[in-house]
Amino acid sequence: MMEAREYIESGILELYVFGILNDTETEEVSTMAAKHPEIKHEILSIEKAVISLSFSMSPYLSAANYDRIRTKLLEKHGVVEMKPRSNVALFIGWAAAVVLMIGVGYQYTQLDTAKNQIVTVESERRDLEKEFNSLQIDKQKTESVLAIIRDDNNTVVTLGGQAVSPESKAKVYWNKNTQSVYVDAAGLPEPPEGMVYQVWALKLNPLTPTSIGLLEDFKANDARLFPVNSTGEAEAFGITLEPAGGSPTPTLEQLYTLGKV
Amino acid sequence: MTQEELLPLILKKDDKAFTTLYDMYSKNLYGIIYNLIRDHEESEDVLQEVFVKIWKNIESYNESKGRFFTWILNIARNTAIDKLRSKGFNNNQKNLSADNFVHLLDDSNKLSNLIDTIGIQEFVKKLKPKCIKIINLLFFKGYTQQEASDELEIPLGTVKTQNRNCINDLRNFLQV
Repeated sequence: MMEAREYIESGILELYVFGILNDTETEEVSTMAAKHPEIKHEILSIEKAVISLSFSMSPYLSAANYDRIRTKLLEKHGVVEMKPRSNVALFIGWAAAVVLMIGVGYQYTQLDTAKNQIVTVESERRDLEKEFNSLQIDKQKTESVLAIIRDDNNTVVTLGGQAVSPESKAKVYWNKNTQSVYVDAAGLPEPPEGMVYQVWALKLNPLTPTSIGLLEDFKANDARLFPVNSTGEAEAFGITLEPAGGSPTPTLEQLYTLGKV
Repeated sequence: MTQEELLPLILKKDDKAFTTLYDMYSKNLYGIIYNLIRDHEESEDVLQEVFVKIWKNIESYNESKGRFFTWILNIARNTAIDKLRSKGFNNNQKNLSADNFVHLLDDSNKLSNLIDTIGIQEFVKKLKPKCIKIINLLFFKGYTQQEASDELEIPLGTVKTQNRNCINDLRNFLQV
């Protein structure tokens, strides 16, 4: 034991690992190492230290060296050549392929974006066209409404609000020439759900109401100008609120407006 | 992989054998070679030559000749020194005091940036100057005790023990 300790402390094992002992000395240390496990262990530790040291001190060593040396050793010895682990040309090839892929991918995305834009623009165009058409229709409606109202042959009857709804008002445009009757209901509140306004032509003596129509689809009619049936001889017009579908006789408690011709 | 496991593998001299050998030792050998040659291109040529020699002579290696690492270390140093002589490099370069392995750190060399090597690189900078000198001569340059004793002007008997103390500092740092 003592022998091994002294041997270790002498510093000869370091020189053994460094490889600077002569052959005789080297064989002697090898023999000692085989005999004493602690000497063997010490040798391994010294070796680890200098392997770390020389590894850390190594300048950059490019991967090309691996290929170069490998080719030299293995081709010479007739070992079947395998693909090099790394290779500049191969790397450039792959890099180019990757760049190309990215480029193609980018172009594809661009194309896709452009296509989407075309679709969007196309759909916007259609929307604008629809809007334009609907404005055209509105314009025509407005023009026809104006034409109805402005007709010189009209008898205009103003209907005033009644007890149930004093604020209500309406106008009846009665064209005696064409026998068409229009009701301007802009002054009436929207009818509650399930109810409808019904227009009556009245004879006063005796009081005889005749239904000339319902103001259907009240909300949808922006101009609130409704055509109703013509009437032979009316002395007054009244509008009542009735259950949907209308009533055979007016519910006088629900008389909104009334006006004499 | 230990050296004992490596040997039978290398003796097969196949692709895997070479890759394993290269991965385990190429950087160590290159560090030794470059410290002597100080030229990247020449050092790479020497490294190739060293691998060729290992490959060719592997059958002649046995453990009585020392550790496998020691065996390839000697091949690397001897091949590099032969190269220096054949190229007519000035041998006096050996005597320049600034010419030691620590200066590999100051060179424009791209040293390995691996985390586990940065620590030891920093440690090496702080080594005692006499340790740098003695490790440089004995380990990196393969000087004999006598040559180192002459070069450093210290008694022959002191070379071994001083070197051991220096290697012990390194081992304490590395915890090996």
